[in-house]
Amino acid sequence: MANPMRIRAAVKEGVTEVRVLMSHVMETGQRKDSSGALIPAHFITELNAKHNDKVVLNAEFGPSVSTNPYLAFKFNGGAKGDKLAVTWVDNKGDTRTDEVQIA
Amino acid sequence: MNHQRRDTLKAGGGLGVLGLLVAAGLVRPEMAEAAWNKTAFEAKTLDAAFAGIGAAKPAESADVVITAPDIAENGAVVPVGVVSNLPKTEYIAIMIEKNPNMLAASFSLPEGTMADVQTRVKMGQTSDVYAVVKADGKFYMSKKEIKVTLGGCGG
Repeated sequence: MANPMRIRAAVKEGVTEVRVLMSHVMETGQRKDSSGALIPAHFITELNAKHNDKVVLNAEFGPSVSTNPYLAFKFNGGAKGDKLAVTWVDNKGDTRTDEVQIA
Repeated sequence: MNHQRRDTLKAGGGLGVLGLLVAAGLVRPEMAEAAWNKTAFEAKTLDAAFAGIGAAKPAESADVVITAPDIAENGAVVPVGVVSNLPKTEYIAIMIEKNPNMLAASFSLPEGTMADVQTRVKMGQTSDVYAVVKADGKFYMSKKEIKVTLGGCGG
């Protein structure tokens, strides 16, 4: 099971800034292990962020995104105490959702 | 000692094959997820990647700004940010020309979300990085060369 994400969401002058650090191997499928066998690709393919129930970001990732992906974005609105949830799905069907309150 | 090491190696190799099988078995659910733009992410040329996201010939625009270092010491973690100053920006894609998979990430921005995203990407070698933006139905792009002193793919 995947480790939790670290999410920071803070509102400043009506704009909420969100920073997410996911915990994921993001294996490209190009690397080989010590015995020469290809390490199968394993990476996050889709991600979405919701402010309360409104989607504020949809993202698609390829294997070129770094290990333990970092993502930052901003949206208008949001208030202290509002919910912000981030969900990702990887190419093996694993998924994880984490939720924070906007600070 | 030696014998034991061989066993360990063998076990490791076996695990790799098993993993491959698991991955192969799971290709199907991945394909079923039509939402993920497979064509674009598997594109091997820049033109194919552009076509994959529906941007045939994006116009170069100074309003699309890439924030990234000129020289990345570690290709495994290259911070890349894209800001679009074009009104009604609804989509941002980041491409790395010399990576095996050019399209690194794409972002769909619903109304109210700003055209300002940052992430980190891997880069195998020095390459041009493209930011492709869709604003008001049209595609724009800008590019920036990032020099990589230590590759991040394979190694």
